[in-house]
Amino acid sequence: MNCGTDPARLKIAGMSSDRIIQIERDILGRNNTMAADNRARFLADDLLVFNLVSSPGAGKTSLLVRAISELKKSRPVGVIEGDQQTSNDAERVRATGVPAVQINTGKGCHLDAAMVGEAYRRLPPLKDGILFIENVGNLVCPAAFDLGEACKIVVLSTTEGEDKPLKYPDMFAASALMLINKIDLAPVLDFDPAQTIEYARRVNPKIEVLTVSARNGEGFAAFYAWIRKQAAHQKRRA
Amino acid sequence: MHEMALCQGIIEIVEEEARRRSFSKVRTVCLEIGALSHAAPEAMKFCFEAAAAQTIADGAVLEIEKLPGLAWCMACSRSVEIGQRAEPCPCCGSYQLHVTAGEEMRVKQLEVD
Ligand SMILES: Nc1nc2c(ncn2[C@@H]2O[C@H](COP(=O)(O)OP(=O)(O)OP(=O)(O)O)[C@@H](O)[C@H]2O)c(=O)[nH]1
Ligand SMILES: [Mg+2]
Ligand SMILES: [Zn+2]
Ligand SMILES: [Zn+2]
Repeated sequence: MNCGTDPARLKIAGMSSDRIIQIERDILGRNNTMAADNRARFLADDLLVFNLVSSPGAGKTSLLVRAISELKKSRPVGVIEGDQQTSNDAERVRATGVPAVQINTGKGCHLDAAMVGEAYRRLPPLKDGILFIENVGNLVCPAAFDLGEACKIVVLSTTEGEDKPLKYPDMFAASALMLINKIDLAPVLDFDPAQTIEYARRVNPKIEVLTVSARNGEGFAAFYAWIRKQAAHQKRRA
Repeated sequence: MHEMALCQGIIEIVEEEARRRSFSKVRTVCLEIGALSHAAPEAMKFCFEAAAAQTIADGAVLEIEKLPGLAWCMACSRSVEIGQRAEPCPCCGSYQLHVTAGEEMRVKQLEVD
């Protein structure tokens, strides 16, 4: 203890401990770390993972139910369902014989990587298979949260109008594939797919596009071909 | 509203730093938010106050430094600034843009005591 210290100076020294700390940390850092863990686990299990996003009611579950009924014939398939409430969607999936885990986010408007990591542990082994994650119906928040997927698939239905990619650009920027669903309704609605595609490519010049109908199966052969291409791509990188 | 989730993320970061560097009061939290990021600065300010209540950052001021959106225009081969997504190249009008910066959402620095 230095007895010569001026108490007044000590006080000032104390005050100058108001300090500026540089930290430079990503706000989503924790989610991104967990997403990286999920991604490593999925790769180790040779699992191809898609994160389906759309506004409420665009037809994610209908698309899934049709697609998994076909895909399960050739490989293991699993589904993680995200909704604020109810397990309706998981039940629709289970009715096809495919295992599904329901996540209820309550007030939360998106899935995060921790929820998906936990849900994945509750699924049976899906080695060499495909996992679909159906995100909460919301064209905004899920764009920000990496879940560890190979890529995001954005579903846009013809009833929503052509300009959704301009109104909610982040989601279209974050997605590798846009599925234009309910194409069976396009004639009644005067929906112009070419216009939507042009808007989506303003936001994301590289986005791939397929038009489908979960109702009558139109376009699904091309969707399966796209999935096979992604599977081959992942194998090459592994 | 995901800004609430983002603000909770900020508080977690601040609390972690407080444990690591032992400070007990945060006066200012300074963010860097890119023009093309997922965070709307006004919504962040609104949510931050609620997220910070009864934490070490209770009452702290949130400062937001905006970073520009930059893209490489594949049509005219140059780097250009864009204000938001779905905007064309200001030089040639093309939408063939590859975003190179502006997606940042970072806690840059803290003023603490
Ligand atoms: N005509 C037509 N209707 C469809 C098609 N796909 C889905 N629907 C209908 O659209 C409604 C919503 O479909 P869902 O599959 O529940 O949509 P979702 O995106 O999973 O909805 P949330 O999970 O609530 O966001 C249902 O009434 C479906 O029958 C389609 O291709 N054509
Ligand atoms: Mg659904
Ligand atoms: Zn939200
Ligand atoms: Zn240009």
